[in-house]
Amino acid sequence: MSITITVFPGKDKANLKENFKPITFISGESVSIVGPTGSGKTAFINDIELLAQGDTVTGRTVMINGQYPSDEYRHNPAVKPIVMITQNTKCFTDLTVEEFILTHARARKKEGPKIAALTIEMANLFTGEKISEKMRVTSLSGGQTRALMIADAITVGAAPIILLDEVENAGIFKHKVIEVIKNTDKIIIFVTHDPVIALLTDKRIVMKNGAVKKVINQSKKELWAAKVLIDLDQKMGMIREELRRGNIISEEILGIIGLEAGVVTSAEVV
Amino acid sequence: MKLLIIAGPPSSGKTALAKQIIKNLGYCLKISFLKIDVVKAFEDEELKKEFNIETMKVYSGDLCPDHAEVMVLGDAVSWAENLKSDLLIVESAGLCLRCSPYLNQGLGIVVLDAISGIHAPAKMGPMVSLADIAVVTKIDLVSQAEREVFRQKIFEINPEIQMFETNALYGTSLQFLYRKILMSDPINPETLKLKGVPPIGTCTICVGRKEIGWKHHFGIVKKLDQCSEYLYRGE
Repeated sequence: MSITITVFPGKDKANLKENFKPITFISGESVSIVGPTGSGKTAFINDIELLAQGDTVTGRTVMINGQYPSDEYRHNPAVKPIVMITQNTKCFTDLTVEEFILTHARARKKEGPKIAALTIEMANLFTGEKISEKMRVTSLSGGQTRALMIADAITVGAAPIILLDEVENAGIFKHKVIEVIKNTDKIIIFVTHDPVIALLTDKRIVMKNGAVKKVINQSKKELWAAKVLIDLDQKMGMIREELRRGNIISEEILGIIGLEAGVVTSAEVV
Repeated sequence: MKLLIIAGPPSSGKTALAKQIIKNLGYCLKISFLKIDVVKAFEDEELKKEFNIETMKVYSGDLCPDHAEVMVLGDAVSWAENLKSDLLIVESAGLCLRCSPYLNQGLGIVVLDAISGIHAPAKMGPMVSLADIAVVTKIDLVSQAEREVFRQKIFEINPEIQMFETNALYGTSLQFLYRKILMSDPINPETLKLKGVPPIGTCTICVGRKEIGWKHHFGIVKKLDQCSEYLYRGE
């Protein structure tokens, strides 16, 4: 199912009208929202999630497939074509992981015998700490909660539009996440501070003081930069995992990973 | 005149919701506001100052606030009608969760906050099951999935309920609610009745005895091990 989302300007934090041409996102497109903290990145995807009709903080309006969304589209999760993974790393819901997934599946009318098992299996791809169906959602760690929410969004949400708010946080395996959701026909919008994600997306929206300041299309030059950064990022990831396991990072390990210690030796640093 | 009764636990966002309704409908409706509380309430003064509307409050003191509502609501309706109000908003104190303050006319809204716990809607009994509309507040504090799980739990208690999810401080996504209020039927004060049956108050605890244990009491009392589900059920 092909789908489009169009965002119309609202107001910035100083209550001044935003100055951008309506932005349309099309199925298969990936988008990143960048900008300093407090610049309005989360508010932007919140507007999409709520299918804002001038009744959110920003005053923006969102159309879906070129039309104003019906009330049913806005308020009934069973027909809502959008899933959002927020920055929350805590759940207040006192249910087991399995009950949580099954209740959510009822809300989204996506019931099936294997939905809980599938979701948990996927969540475990994203986190190093294993999640099981009888754990209580309230007792999950930040990373586990995040991993579960992302897996739930993909399996139970199963919507053509995915919004992710700072997926790189909370220590989950972001490459695995991106692998699972890229190359789909979905619209994927990342709020991010991560340079790799920002460079890999088709469109980059730059926010400032609550307003959209720029829309940048991906260029070949930047794709090259992304390649360099992905390599660096993977090396950083390996070191992170070593540290998490309690290992000491030696020059040898740096060498194996392919990071040059360069001219600075460990003796000089000390 | 239209009537809106807002109920819900303390600090769930009832007043924040009332403010959004007044802010967004005040241009086309003359609104009056009544607050019923037990000991202290400031909402009436706040709303009067902010929106320049007619407000009133009543403290129920040692009387159950929902019983108090039943007593004073008739007067409140006359008061609002004499002011030529188009809409009377009544905000209840909503404490013991056994009563529900909704009437057979107008709209009854229950306000629940999204972080109050997944079993809260079930524990709130008739305040949820007899409401026409549920407004879930503080949705900015939970994930979308958790919000939808909470929503599902409310539906499982009251499948007919109309639900709105909002950050009441900003009044996000409430346009449809405003339309529902505008389209609601005017009330007929002669035939106003409570929707639910309130619990009766005829035991010795009700009349002021504070002693603990059944042997100090008579009327409708049972020993702990004789209680099946409820100490007492009426109709």
